[in-house]
Amino acid sequence: MRILVCISKTPDTTAKIAFTDNNTKFAEAGVQWIINPYDEWYALVRAIELKEADTSTIIHLINVGAADGEPIIRKALALGGDEAIRINTIPTDPYLAASQIAEIVRQSAEKYDIIFTGKETIDYNNGSLGGMLAEILDRPYVALATHFQIAGNIATVKREIEGGEETIEVSLPIVVSCQKGMAEARIPNMRGIMAARTKPLKVVEPVAVESLTKVVEFGLPPVKAGVKLVSPDQVDELIRLLHEEARMI
Amino acid sequence: MSVLIFIDHIDGHIKKASLEAASYGAKIAEQTGDTAEALVLGNVNEDLTTLGRHGIKKVHQVQHDNLKQIDAQVYTKVIEQVAQQTGAKIIVFSNNSTGKAIAPRLAVRLKAGLVAGAVALPDTTNGFVIRKNVFSGKAFAYMAITSEIKIISLNLNAFTIVEKEGVAELSQFNAVVDVPTIKVTGSTKTTGKVALTEADVVVSAGRGLKGPENWKMVEELADILGAALACSRPVADAHWRPHNEHVGQTGIAIAPNLYIAIGISGAIQHLAGVNRSKVIVVVNKDAEAPFFKAADYGIVGDAFEIVPKMIEAVKKVKGIS
Repeated sequence: MRILVCISKTPDTTAKIAFTDNNTKFAEAGVQWIINPYDEWYALVRAIELKEADTSTIIHLINVGAADGEPIIRKALALGGDEAIRINTIPTDPYLAASQIAEIVRQSAEKYDIIFTGKETIDYNNGSLGGMLAEILDRPYVALATHFQIAGNIATVKREIEGGEETIEVSLPIVVSCQKGMAEARIPNMRGIMAARTKPLKVVEPVAVESLTKVVEFGLPPVKAGVKLVSPDQVDELIRLLHEEARMI
Repeated sequence: MSVLIFIDHIDGHIKKASLEAASYGAKIAEQTGDTAEALVLGNVNEDLTTLGRHGIKKVHQVQHDNLKQIDAQVYTKVIEQVAQQTGAKIIVFSNNSTGKAIAPRLAVRLKAGLVAGAVALPDTTNGFVIRKNVFSGKAFAYMAITSEIKIISLNLNAFTIVEKEGVAELSQFNAVVDVPTIKVTGSTKTTGKVALTEADVVVSAGRGLKGPENWKMVEELADILGAALACSRPVADAHWRPHNEHVGQTGIAIAPNLYIAIGISGAIQHLAGVNRSKVIVVVNKDAEAPFFKAADYGIVGDAFEIVPKMIEAVKKVKGIS
């Protein structure tokens, strides 16, 4: 089994969100960077579990980004990837990122039976990369997967639908976007961290692809007016406010 | 030219999210001087001409055995055919589970820029610019689509359904429909009567409830409010509640009209998943809980005393005895 896990660099979940350059750039000063949680906790860890069940499995990691993303790639290698590829360009748009990754998959001798992505990144919240990659490669795509099992050439996947889950069977090769339920987050152990230092991290230059979207400006949501506190002895008053003032009940 | 709106349905009924998308797409068509046309794949029990009430002029329906299950690859190729024949320059999806599976594929096929998670109408005064949420609701971005064909996935509960007079014309569309490559072997409905992402009201509880055995009162409150149930991450991680009820940055992001948080402190990761709610009510015994800063209404008090009182008060307001 050959698995490719797409990993993205995102600000830490507790990072302060602010912008510079007339609100056109994310303010990176002092920000701690992490592997996008969906990529790490669910996509990568599920891949590692599959490798633990079948030790002939090979896990490659792919990242589209600048050299400052290498620490998070090393962390992913420490968790359990075998090799990593970094495509040296800024992923300004999911179409651009998907096209770059697809090019690597096409060129590679590895056929990558499974390509895992997180369900979305926590910065742009697009969730578009997996579907785009699948379409470029003409593969089935299962979005929002919560469980993933493999038997021979057939994957059994549970995916989220509105108000429930659906179980589907699909033949490899496939692209799957992963979310909570797939696996449990892990932390790298010392052996993994030591081993990651010498694992291959190949840097490749991008192919020419145009972005189809671009950020014009960022903004912050308006600050709330402030909470209206109601005494615990006046729960009726709270419900009255919700009914008459907010008109929500 | 047309604005084409994809209409999603489940168990024979059009999803609420698709009525929002229809209303939104019709408004764009008004803005750009195009015709709002809808696309329905498969069979629904409802009268599709009623989509006219949401501003749709024409409904294209494709009926085919291969469309009985949603295979994104198959659906994408059918939508492509309809988009080409109707000359659609703008295509609208709901950013729900179906939209998330199909819109990115269609974007590649049509080489169309996609904005996933739109929360407002496009600004067409200078290019084509759409506001979307980024950083899990902690910020927004104005995104320009630079391609000729444009695809927008509208966030749930971001646009109010328009109701007016109108009857849409229904026409059957003959498309080439591939055989699905995926096989749906089963489905399960999650607990709760209302789908979390579609709910107008969500009642959510956290560690303050002390254990899964104490959820009965939360369920009762949700029940009388017609609300969906949700929970915080520690609660899902401890398996007190199923993971599909976990809302927050790494769980499900929701935007109901009313979000009632009981015994949840309001960590930044939790807020990221719920801060698009229109009205937030927080019940917490810790007056310093960060959630109060993000709330519209709050009670500092013990959930075990407050929630039963809330149930009684709601019953009174709703006239339930």
